Amino acid sequence: MLEISGLSVEVEGKQVLDNVNLEVPKGEVHVLFGPNGSGKSSLIMSVLGFPAYQVVSGKVWFKGKDITHLPTNERVKLGISAGFQNPPAIRGVKLKDILRSLVSDSDQKDVKIRELAENINFPLEFLGRDMNFGFSGGEMKKSEILQVLAQDADFVMLDEPDSGVDVENLQLIGKVINKMLKGRSGLLITHLGYILHHIDADKAHVLLGGTIACSGSPSKILSQILNEGYGWCEKCPVAKKQLCEQEISQHP
Amino acid sequence: MPSGKEAALRARDKPASIGPDLNLNEYSRDSQEWSSCPLPNLPAAIIKRSSDVGTVPDEEERSATYFQIDHSVVFRAVQEMFEGKLEVLSTIEALRKYEWLKDYLWGLLQVDADKYTALTELKWDQGYFIRVLEGQKITLPLQSCLFISTENLNQNVHNVIIAEQDSEVQIITGCTVHSNVSRGLHVGVSEFYIKRNAKLTFTMVHDWAQNFDVRPRTAALIGDNATFISNYVCLKPVKSLQMYPVVYCKGVNSRVRFNSILYGSSDSYLDVGAKVVLQNDGTRGEMITRAVAKDNARIYTRGFLLGEHRNSRAHLECRGLLLSDNALIHAVPELVAKTEGTDLSHEAAVGKISQDQVQYLMARGFSEAEAEALIVRGFMDVTILGLPENLRGRMEKLVDTTAERAL
Repeated sequence: MLEISGLSVEVEGKQVLDNVNLEVPKGEVHVLFGPNGSGKSSLIMSVLGFPAYQVVSGKVWFKGKDITHLPTNERVKLGISAGFQNPPAIRGVKLKDILRSLVSDSDQKDVKIRELAENINFPLEFLGRDMNFGFSGGEMKKSEILQVLAQDADFVMLDEPDSGVDVENLQLIGKVINKMLKGRSGLLITHLGYILHHIDADKAHVLLGGTIACSGSPSKILSQILNEGYGWCEKCPVAKKQLCEQEISQHP
Repeated sequence: MPSGKEAALRARDKPASIGPDLNLNEYSRDSQEWSSCPLPNLPAAIIKRSSDVGTVPDEEERSATYFQIDHSVVFRAVQEMFEGKLEVLSTIEALRKYEWLKDYLWGLLQVDADKYTALTELKWDQGYFIRVLEGQKITLPLQSCLFISTENLNQNVHNVIIAEQDSEVQIITGCTVHSNVSRGLHVGVSEFYIKRNAKLTFTMVHDWAQNFDVRPRTAALIGDNATFISNYVCLKPVKSLQMYPVVYCKGVNSRVRFNSILYGSSDSYLDVGAKVVLQNDGTRGEMITRAVAKDNARIYTRGFLLGEHRNSRAHLECRGLLLSDNALIHAVPELVAKTEGTDLSHEAAVGKISQDQVQYLMARGFSEAEAEALIVRGFMDVTILGLPENLRGRMEKLVDTTAERAL
């Protein structure tokens, strides 16, 4: 489904991704762990092709097509959707209007939107509000999930859908995401891993300093991180080697 | 009023304190006489243009109508069910009918304020007199249209609007030109009297031409517990437009709200402001402006809040969006407090379209142009006008077309 090979990316001249190799096969859900600033969100932005994320080298393939230089909306049309961690507020642009444009069912758009919103316990009055304007953290997460649900894409990326969400809603959101991901492929970013209690993920990767330090079973990696923190990853020989190489290449 | 005439003569060359100075001799005063006729019988091109600014030919949708083309009143009527509740006449006609009206004419504005007020006094081409009688709540909007059909014509109207005690009305005014008209000068002197407990919502839509000059001169007096809402929408190019209405919140708890949506394109020069004077206890003022500047447009948005009384409050908010490197938006907020206990504030933000917003919408599948159009449309949010459903729909359509055209 998604294949990233040797991807290095810069933002305003600063490297944010370094030789990332990652493959999410069809029907699999992968999790991306990593400390703050390790490049998790940058990876999502790069897959989406945001112009600020300049590809220095490497390629991004989606459904067998090289999308490395496609504009964002073209990538989305191919079947990629994303829920953001900190989406911008847009005054005067109503969430409902955006959702209407995303929902495919042409006759019953409002019914469908209502149904999706009720599913995740999203306050209906927020549909008529300006995008993300005055939304609480939890409402913002739900609004992102709502939009991703409406997009109904084959490949779903979610950037920390569990941050800032209370326990009760976490369970609800987790279940909805798990249901949504059934039969689809996805890439999930989680900082603390809470959401994994509710989601069946196939594989996890740890991103350190803009590069994939290790990959493996989501539950094993999560429990290591929870027990020992990301310090464990930094001590990991694989990561160490790569970090060393990185240092060597930076200081020849 | 010989004294008024004398003052006008003395001021006929007096430039306005702001805005480009115009040579009044460059415009023509010759227009054909239009005889009165029912709205649906007007030429299709005129109906089309006037309905674009909110004047509908179907009288059923409006409580009353005033329609002026060039220097002639072609139609004025009150719908049957509103007879005895409100009056719509030409100001000249009304002056003949009501002796007392002379106290209202130039009651709030000075005839010698500048060459444009002077011109209106010296070369007066009708204008409307609207009066909502005491206690009458008018359930349908009242419409008026000031139309120019002659190339390079100068039209000077003097309007008087009176909302008597406890009355309520929505007025929609459209000012526009025939599609064959490219230049000319419109001067509109308007004086509003909103009396005790009355509520007047006045929505003005301008749609001029690329080389057209416009100089409205407006003032309003608001009585005890009365509310004046003044909406202004200008989305089409104009050569130069300068206006700076003054509102006196004279009555206890009197309120005013100015909402403007401005879209400047090509070489338009828009200088739009308002001054609110808080003169009593509990007075409130609010001014909200959304300005979008494209191409080489220059937009000046001014706001002047003057607190002269305790327990008064006013706020002004201006947001500007630049769509071109050659365009300019200049926000000029001024707050003057003359006493303690007056609470005046402002916020202004001018900038370009946020790339974060564009990318976010592109991640929802919109093309770059679509995303920008959505943002521009959202920026010119008509809900700030607080209009009833039927008028809001019209404004939304106007804004939609502008946003689509924008990019």
